[in-house]
Amino acid sequence: MLDDSDRRLLRQYQHAPDLGPAELAERAGLAPATCARRLERLRAAGIIRGNRAVIDWRALGYEVEVSLRITLDKTHSRAFDEFLDRAREIPEVLEIQTFLGRVDLRLSVIARDMAHYQQIYRSAILTLPHIADIEALMHVARIKSNETLPV
Amino acid sequence: MIELDTTDRLILRALIEDATQSASAIGRRLGLSQPAAWRRIRRLYETGVIKGRRLDLDPEKLGFGVTVFLGVKLATKGRVSLEDFERAVTAIPEVQTVEHILGLYDYRLRVVARDIPDFERVLRRRIMTLPGVGDVEANVLLSEERRPGPIG
Repeated sequence: MLDDSDRRLLRQYQHAPDLGPAELAERAGLAPATCARRLERLRAAGIIRGNRAVIDWRALGYEVEVSLRITLDKTHSRAFDEFLDRAREIPEVLEIQTFLGRVDLRLSVIARDMAHYQQIYRSAILTLPHIADIEALMHVARIKSNETLPV
Repeated sequence: MIELDTTDRLILRALIEDATQSASAIGRRLGLSQPAAWRRIRRLYETGVIKGRRLDLDPEKLGFGVTVFLGVKLATKGRVSLEDFERAVTAIPEVQTVEHILGLYDYRLRVVARDIPDFERVLRRRIMTLPGVGDVEANVLLSEERRPGPIG
């Protein structure tokens, strides 16, 4: 389904999502009309889900980022659903992931400072249902974050 | 630190959905004139609130059926510098993100692979051979949700 031109186009577009259509076509070695048609096809097929702005939370005053690794009490059959429903209500939760492995879930949480984090942790996180164990990892730095796929 | 008003937040949410929208399209949606929308969008970029764009691709449709988060502990801290590890790990194409963390592990890596045998190949040939790598813990991603964050 994908040919070499599609892959080249996706590689270029992933590395520079802010390019305009003309420049993207040129870098991918395609005529502008062909490039537009291929992009449209990739969008229609759901391969390209979007071109999204990325927020720098530090610029908005959120200095602290913590990963919470959570194990649930799975003796309750609805533990996952009930936990997820409530976790979605916490505005400072940026990512929710579920896993097969040593931990069940991970929440990525941001806060303005440690005092604010402490407050979120006590009043929102610890009141989430069915937590059996919780482990906090503090973010120091992002070394690589472009999330490109090796297409 | 930059303060945002309600209109800025709505613009930010619109740009998280689709950053390629024009100022006039966003203005129409929010009842702003094109120049007013353009000025606000430009401010979000210039102040660094929007640090860039990300092309959101469906990994499964591109044949990447497996995403694994690896917690990596360095075995020989000090002897092998963090820089050596970081330089080598960021060069691996299957490694999508590298985060330096404090706690149980030193680094968290997000790794994509075509399937489990492909993941095993990446793990054995690329990750376990990194300079200074010690204990590695793997968690296979089952589902993932990105939330808008505190801009609602």
